[in-house]
Amino acid sequence: MTTLNNINAAQLEEQLELWEKEEVSTFLSKQPEREEEFFTLGGFPVKRSYTALDTKDIPLEDIGLPGQYPFTRGPYPTMYRSRYWTMRQIAGFGTGEDTNKRFKYLISQGQTGLSTDFDMPTLMGYDSDNEMSDGEVGREGVAVDTLADMEALFDGIDLEKISVSMTINPTAWILLAMYVALAKRKGYDLNKLSGTIQADILKEYMAQKEYIYPIAPSVRIVRDCITYCADHMKRYNPINISGYHTSEAGSSPLHEIAFTMANAVTYVEEVTKTGMDVDKFAPRLAFFFVCQADFFEEIAKFRAARRVWAKIMKNQFGAKKPESMRLRFHCQTAAASLTKPQYKVNIIRTTVQALAAVLGGAQSLHTNGMDEAFAIPTEEAMKIALRTQQVIADETNVANVIDPMGGSYFLENLTSEYEKKIFEILDEVKQNGGTVKLIEEGWFQKHIADFAYETALRKQSGQKPVIGVNKYVEEDEKVDIETHPYDPTTADRQIARLQNVRATRDNQKLNTLLEQLVEVAKDEAQNIMPITIELVEAGATMGDIVEKLRTLWGTYRENPVF
Amino acid sequence: MPTPSAELFSRLKTGDLRAASRLMSRAESHDPATIATLGEIYKSAGRAHIVGLTGVPGSGKSTLVSRLVSEIRKSGRKVGVIAIDPSSPFSGGSILGDRIRMTNLVLDEGVYIRSMATRGSTGGLAKSALTAVDILDTAGFDVIIIETVGVGQDEVEIARASHTTMVVSAPGLGDDVQAIKAGILEIADIHVVSKCDRPDSNRTITDLKTMLAMGINISIKDQSNKPVWQVPVVGTSSETGEGIDKLITTMDKHREAHLTSELGEERLKRIAEYRTFKTAEDLLRNRFFDSTSERISALVEKISKRELDPFTASDELLGNIAF
Amino acid sequence: MSSPIRVLLAKVGLDGHDRGVKVVARTLRDAGMDVIYTGLHRTPLEVVNAAIQEDVDVLGISLLSGAHMTICPKIMDLLKEKDAEDTIVVVGGVVPDEDVAFLKEIGVKELLLQDTPPAKIVETLTRLVEERGPR
Repeated sequence: MTTLNNINAAQLEEQLELWEKEEVSTFLSKQPEREEEFFTLGGFPVKRSYTALDTKDIPLEDIGLPGQYPFTRGPYPTMYRSRYWTMRQIAGFGTGEDTNKRFKYLISQGQTGLSTDFDMPTLMGYDSDNEMSDGEVGREGVAVDTLADMEALFDGIDLEKISVSMTINPTAWILLAMYVALAKRKGYDLNKLSGTIQADILKEYMAQKEYIYPIAPSVRIVRDCITYCADHMKRYNPINISGYHTSEAGSSPLHEIAFTMANAVTYVEEVTKTGMDVDKFAPRLAFFFVCQADFFEEIAKFRAARRVWAKIMKNQFGAKKPESMRLRFHCQTAAASLTKPQYKVNIIRTTVQALAAVLGGAQSLHTNGMDEAFAIPTEEAMKIALRTQQVIADETNVANVIDPMGGSYFLENLTSEYEKKIFEILDEVKQNGGTVKLIEEGWFQKHIADFAYETALRKQSGQKPVIGVNKYVEEDEKVDIETHPYDPTTADRQIARLQNVRATRDNQKLNTLLEQLVEVAKDEAQNIMPITIELVEAGATMGDIVEKLRTLWGTYRENPVF
Repeated sequence: MPTPSAELFSRLKTGDLRAASRLMSRAESHDPATIATLGEIYKSAGRAHIVGLTGVPGSGKSTLVSRLVSEIRKSGRKVGVIAIDPSSPFSGGSILGDRIRMTNLVLDEGVYIRSMATRGSTGGLAKSALTAVDILDTAGFDVIIIETVGVGQDEVEIARASHTTMVVSAPGLGDDVQAIKAGILEIADIHVVSKCDRPDSNRTITDLKTMLAMGINISIKDQSNKPVWQVPVVGTSSETGEGIDKLITTMDKHREAHLTSELGEERLKRIAEYRTFKTAEDLLRNRFFDSTSERISALVEKISKRELDPFTASDELLGNIAF
Repeated sequence: MSSPIRVLLAKVGLDGHDRGVKVVARTLRDAGMDVIYTGLHRTPLEVVNAAIQEDVDVLGISLLSGAHMTICPKIMDLLKEKDAEDTIVVVGGVVPDEDVAFLKEIGVKELLLQDTPPAKIVETLTRLVEERGPR
């Protein structure tokens, strides 16, 4: 086994001891350190300084080179030297027309990929005129009920030329069906379409809580999206297996990655059960992580995630193609770290987090707006957030060297620590019955709730400093922010189009198709996508489809864990 | 000004659930007028079938209760549920989550759900649970389910307080039937195996039947040694609905068996005895603490230095209380 | 021993963010209160019915979706209609400054929004219940 440094360990140990006894001791007596012990935000202890001793046992092949197994240093050999990460700021509010305008604005400001946020009714499968949608239409995202809304959303945008991400989960397959139907209408080649649906339903039961049906049928739907895209849409990522939400729900960075990997393994298992070869679909599995505030920990975390995934795909699933083993991820800076008081400071937080994401090798990045704690972002907030990425890309030169942190004693040590702990957790999950069973038992949720609680206590005590909230607090701060207003005409406009679609479609045909949907749903071996595409083309609303399947599958009700 | 308890009682008798709700909150009141009213409520109750349902965490108890309630409602009967969860031993507080499993019932006027915590009382029942039962009884509820968590030898009060005790076990929670581990096997009038849609549930049912056959309480006999009730094992699935109506029939049969036998009277007497003991014990404890906590503090230093022993000290303190 | 304060924590509407409400539940439990949680996706009617059956001292509504201007008035109206106006209502989560006055006008006693330290929540609820007095 070749390791990182060819060193004389004994000599170095001696040097270290001497240093502690002399230079360090002398200094400590004059100026003690700020804490007894130092930890990362995730709870990993960190030393005063790291040396070659801390990396001497790391196998060289674990570190490797960019674009080569185990991809610790990056999924591609040239990374940002060929192409910067995609600058993908999320947008979504009002009706399709409203968001379409914001899309076009962002593209004009230099954004290179689109990312769509949907309103709560769309996320949860309710039509805009459903009682549950009251007060929520177009508020936190764009309202989509029918294919007609999708047409308005992407009007004048060439889907073959720009990649589109849709942040949607339990109803992801319906949005995908609409996307495909739209592309067909416009004569696009499905294999040229680049983009993604988030579609990671398992993390919903764990963290974000956007779900409709019980676990088994929901996982089947995800499986269908993956196999459909593998067969029909070569450039499309049918899933973004996410850790972001787990982190935002309160988990530690370690659990963010470990739980994501547990979910990923479950999806791969489900798809391989259909008989599809792992190398056929794995290259298009994508990930989505947060970039939290502990600068070096986040970089180590990303590197460890890549290494872990590569090893899992190779060793557990027997993948042969390198594309199946390389982890690609979208990243978002941490909304949970942003504050309402002294909100402009959020720009600084976001900048540092964005830098860590870049040094960590993200493929795509959304930087949060300074108004995150107030409302959905204004144009101004998004512009500054975008400029943040552009400054990093164009003015700092950090993108010119791949994995510049590679070889750092500290980073390599922390990366390996993370890798080790992630595999330990994955083993524990396996021993205890697997991901789905542990979700049902609330195992993941308990860990998340525990860390969230501890974090709240640490914030309260000041042990975790948050500027503006428990440190450097400004008692009589004058808040002068302009926030994105909610247009009160949104619901009416949206419902008008919805009713128009209902009135002008062939309802008999629709009902026949809905019956067929149930038949397809009952047969687990069938893929639900084709019938769904037919349905949306026939003017089916999201509610039509979701409610019909509810009669078959029922509604999921969680057992909350505190 | 708070509405007088007597007035709430009048309203309660007409089925006023707002009054019921407020009275339940006063179940531990020290106010003599309220206590008197609670006594009246006790006397006006006695119609309802009180069903105790217990099982270890994870046994699917709450989901089962939810199904049971829906099913019982179909016969037009009104159902109350007292859902009891343990309090934190450290803070005395609690998070009560049973009603989440029953959200589909919350808009039905014929269903009433009240959550409570054990708060220091050992035995599994909350102090005010039986008073709450009386209140719902008086308000016209036909079946009142007391749902508790059965986790150990101590948690058997439910059997002493209810007409029919059901113990729920789930398959796959371990090699042994948890009811055995928990020591609550013998208290059941009906054993329920939940999650019967699972393939391993048959084994649990068989295990239970075997255990019962080997054990003492296989059948409850009357004075002439005739078996009045044979403890059955009923399999149910909250997911498919299987076994739920059978469980209700069994439950109703148990009620019948007791209403028409001497055993039923015996049981009522035992329940009355238990309640009285508990109420007296509680009163005693309160009065003791009220009158002695200061005096104990004064003696504590001597006791800790072993100059005085706890036996002598207690005797002294008890001797000085007015009962 | 006096009866503990009973609190119903409610998530109303489609908003699924429960990190905050769960931290609050634990905090209140650790302060000796009895906390009843409604679970996610509840309607105003379901929440009010539960609040009444449980005869809670405090109804805490957690909202991060911006739908408070629709949901809170509905809840306050229902509480009034069902003779439960003596329930102390507080709101947690995300509410823009400009909406606070309206919510207080319709009867919400306090807003305990993001970053409110857990201890402050305990102190506030305890104080509000004391001020209300016995019922």
